[in-house]
Amino acid sequence: MGASQTRTGNEHQHLMDKTGFSSEQIKNLRKRFLQLSGNEETIRNQRGDEAGAFQEIGFEQFLMVMCHFRPPTLKMTAEEKEAMRKEKLRFLFNMHDTDNDGTITLEEYRKVVEELLSKSGAIGQETAEAIADAAMLEVASTNVPHMAPDEFYEGITFQHFEQILKGLEMESRMNIRFLDVDTTTMRCGRSTS
Amino acid sequence: MPSRSGSQRPPGSGRSSPERGLLLLLLLLVLLPLGDASSAGVGHQEHAGNHTAANGRHNFTKKPFPVLSLDYHHIQTPFEISLWVLLASLMKLGFHLIPRLSNIVPESCLLIVVGLLVGGLIKLAGEKVPPVLDSRLFFLCLLPPIILDAGYFLPIRPFMENIGTILMFAVVGTLWNAFFIGGILYAVCQSQPDLNKLSLLPCLLFGSIVSAVDPVAVLAVFEEIHINELLHILVFGESLLNDAVTVVLYHLFDEYSAAGPVTVLDAFLGVISFLVVALGGVLVGAIYGFLSAFTSRFTSHTRVIEPLFVFVYSYMAYLSAEMFHLSGIMALISCGAVMRPYVEANISHKSHTTIKYFLKMWSSVSETLIFIFLGVATVDGPHSWNWIFVTVTVILCLVARVIGVIGLTYIINNFRIVKLTTKDQFIIAYGGLRGAIAFSLGFLLDDGRFPMREMFLTAIITVIFFTVFVQGMTIKPLVELLAVKKKQEAKRTINEEIHTQFLDHLLTGIEDICGHYGHHHWKDKLNRFNKKYVKKCLIVGERSKEPQLIAFYHKMEMKQAIELVESGGGVKMPSAVPSTVSMQNIQPKKPPPAKSAERSLPQLPKGREEEIRKILRSNLQKTRQRLRSYNRHTLVVDPYEDGFGDLLIKKQKMIELEKKIKEMNNYLTVPAAPPDSPTMCRARLASDPQAYSVKQSSDSVPTIQVDLASPQSPDSVNVMDEFRRAKQQQEEEEEYQGLMMKPPQGPSGPNKPGEADTTRDPQKLTRCLSDPGPSADEDEDEPFLS
Repeated sequence: MGASQTRTGNEHQHLMDKTGFSSEQIKNLRKRFLQLSGNEETIRNQRGDEAGAFQEIGFEQFLMVMCHFRPPTLKMTAEEKEAMRKEKLRFLFNMHDTDNDGTITLEEYRKVVEELLSKSGAIGQETAEAIADAAMLEVASTNVPHMAPDEFYEGITFQHFEQILKGLEMESRMNIRFLDVDTTTMRCGRSTS
Repeated sequence: MPSRSGSQRPPGSGRSSPERGLLLLLLLLVLLPLGDASSAGVGHQEHAGNHTAANGRHNFTKKPFPVLSLDYHHIQTPFEISLWVLLASLMKLGFHLIPRLSNIVPESCLLIVVGLLVGGLIKLAGEKVPPVLDSRLFFLCLLPPIILDAGYFLPIRPFMENIGTILMFAVVGTLWNAFFIGGILYAVCQSQPDLNKLSLLPCLLFGSIVSAVDPVAVLAVFEEIHINELLHILVFGESLLNDAVTVVLYHLFDEYSAAGPVTVLDAFLGVISFLVVALGGVLVGAIYGFLSAFTSRFTSHTRVIEPLFVFVYSYMAYLSAEMFHLSGIMALISCGAVMRPYVEANISHKSHTTIKYFLKMWSSVSETLIFIFLGVATVDGPHSWNWIFVTVTVILCLVARVIGVIGLTYIINNFRIVKLTTKDQFIIAYGGLRGAIAFSLGFLLDDGRFPMREMFLTAIITVIFFTVFVQGMTIKPLVELLAVKKKQEAKRTINEEIHTQFLDHLLTGIEDICGHYGHHHWKDKLNRFNKKYVKKCLIVGERSKEPQLIAFYHKMEMKQAIELVESGGGVKMPSAVPSTVSMQNIQPKKPPPAKSAERSLPQLPKGREEEIRKILRSNLQKTRQRLRSYNRHTLVVDPYEDGFGDLLIKKQKMIELEKKIKEMNNYLTVPAAPPDSPTMCRARLASDPQAYSVKQSSDSVPTIQVDLASPQSPDSVNVMDEFRRAKQQQEEEEEYQGLMMKPPQGPSGPNKPGEADTTRDPQKLTRCLSDPGPSADEDEDEPFLS
């Protein structure tokens, strides 16, 4: 009994250091994780075989993803806030860049916009494409203002991505509240059980 | 007076007009109130004269028929009102003629000084100062326009995100202020021999009157300092929502100050009353808001009276709330905020402009009048100056505010995701200005029950003056000194829009995973409900289904197109990023896609199309920069305002162009806007902080992309096909829209190396617009405006 407690204690400490969550938050997330996974150690990928996707993730990986959504604390310095912002932007970038080649190509961006508009009924692909094209044009114009007509803009790199989303202040916006109290009475929309 | 202005000759001819203008205004300033005051006297005399005449004569001796007679009494009241409004407006004009002064001193201070002068002049002339800050006049006529303007243009997103903080400051903060000030004042008064008879309840009443942050003053001062959105909405939101608290406290203490001590039951009833007042006000406003939105659904045949519904329903919401002693301010805010997205989707763009301009105009005049009247009432009002009382009040107001803000922030920061820093706290505390509402409430006090009324009024006026003058004047340099974050003036880009929406969805999903009902979850639910039920009911036609992103995109494209057309006429476009990137730089080179499947375009309703064309055409003569700010005094920033001569030349050019283009209508297509979308028409309207509203979607979205560099890319071929098809369905084709699109001559044309000269582009555009060229073949490789 005592041994297993110290073991989880060490584990928790290790996780706390790595992700920055507090002990209660980690306990709650662990409970939630167990709920989602049906009391197993890993959550399985429901979507079948996707290129480049994990088949199953463990608790530590779950926490690593979650820690991207932590809010900044009052005591953070400007550099820390900057680092946090970069981290969050990196997360978003990776979400868009599905083939992980370091750039968001037009195709990938189009997919993003399509998914955004997918809930809105019969919008049609043309619209999504047009919007994605315009957005891409904007990125290119702001970052590489002078391009010869036969040059090709490969895709949005991370620097460009940072540049265009400068105004959004990610460190203040991309956050959710991680509670210290237990609210696991709620069920997720699509539970795995 | 006239001789003085005539003999002064300011040195240097360049500076003469503002100086002369100012002197002229001073002249008018002197004449108007004298005219006003003396006319009151004349009116009385006239009246008296009539009486004696009527009494004295029973035998009508024949007198010569009066060719010209003076009957001032007949028109006295409206005449005086108009004089005051005229004075206020001329003062406004005057201040903006002297930019140096308006940079140092906020407008509200200057207006109070003017009021003092006017009041002083009236008193000097020996006339009775009209009771200008009469509470009925203030609360029923002067205050509603300002609050409606604030509520209608309230930026909902930041407001809702910070609603918890705002409510804490408004409710708990005001309560703390009221009791702290009232209590300590009572203690101080007990220790003074002359103030001994002031019992606790009048002190508390005074505390509650003087503790509320005033929205008019906050608006007036904060607008000029352009502070960041968060702080602005915190202080402003607090000033709006504390009305409920003030109303309840005022009535509570007013009632019981005569009737004896307040029991626990009374306190409990007070709490219940607060909830009723606040929620009731919001509910009344929401009901009227929905009514108004529903009414606007049917106004498609009577566009002219659309703005009237907005104004009348809102005013009735205010009056209904006041009737039940609910919070009228909260009713107005909720009415404006509720009805806005739906009304804007339904009304025509001209009505939209009308509503905007009228609201700004009324609120502007109202605010000016309020400050002037404050000055006048100061000169007039019966004063009873008591050093101790007044100084203690002023000090206590400051101290209470600071302690309140610090304490509350400490508690609130535990619940906020983004914490409030010390700088933020300082600005919030410093921005707690008092204003005319406090004065009017004091004015309302019954003289019989409150023998110290005059002392109260003097103290209130001193506090108001102190906050408006001292704090109002110093807040701007302090903001600079502390390097507080300023408002972002940049235009919202489509990438930001995409990612804002993306973040919304992402965060909702993550919250779901974490398993608790968070902020985003509820927002998402509300949006779904709104989309599914409410929009269908309140928005006419197809517009109920258009998603935000598309509406935003249309607006932006439209704006860009118009801007580019305008700049193509030769005037430099201030907002464009000088860039030569075009669509073809982005599209990967690929073989042209197979002909896209047939799609039937929805028939454009003729009337809508006509409207769009008219708007586009009228917009060619002027371009407006979109200004996402909450400044009430500048609706639009017009970069070309000074270049009126340019405009005339451009107009001529356009007319010539139209003629030429009429001859070659096969090469032009009308940019078919998505049908039934007033968003498209209104894309160029500025000063709209909320960038999106629900608009219609269509199956095919012809896009208007501006291509600076050159020719055709495979994808644009598809777009051009759309245009051609759209054009064919229209009956009128020759109207020049200022956007020239060219039908492609074939699938992807080769890019001529000659086109690579990017510096030629602006000139090319000019050439393009002014001389389209005689035939289609020659135009093949000309840049087209896409």
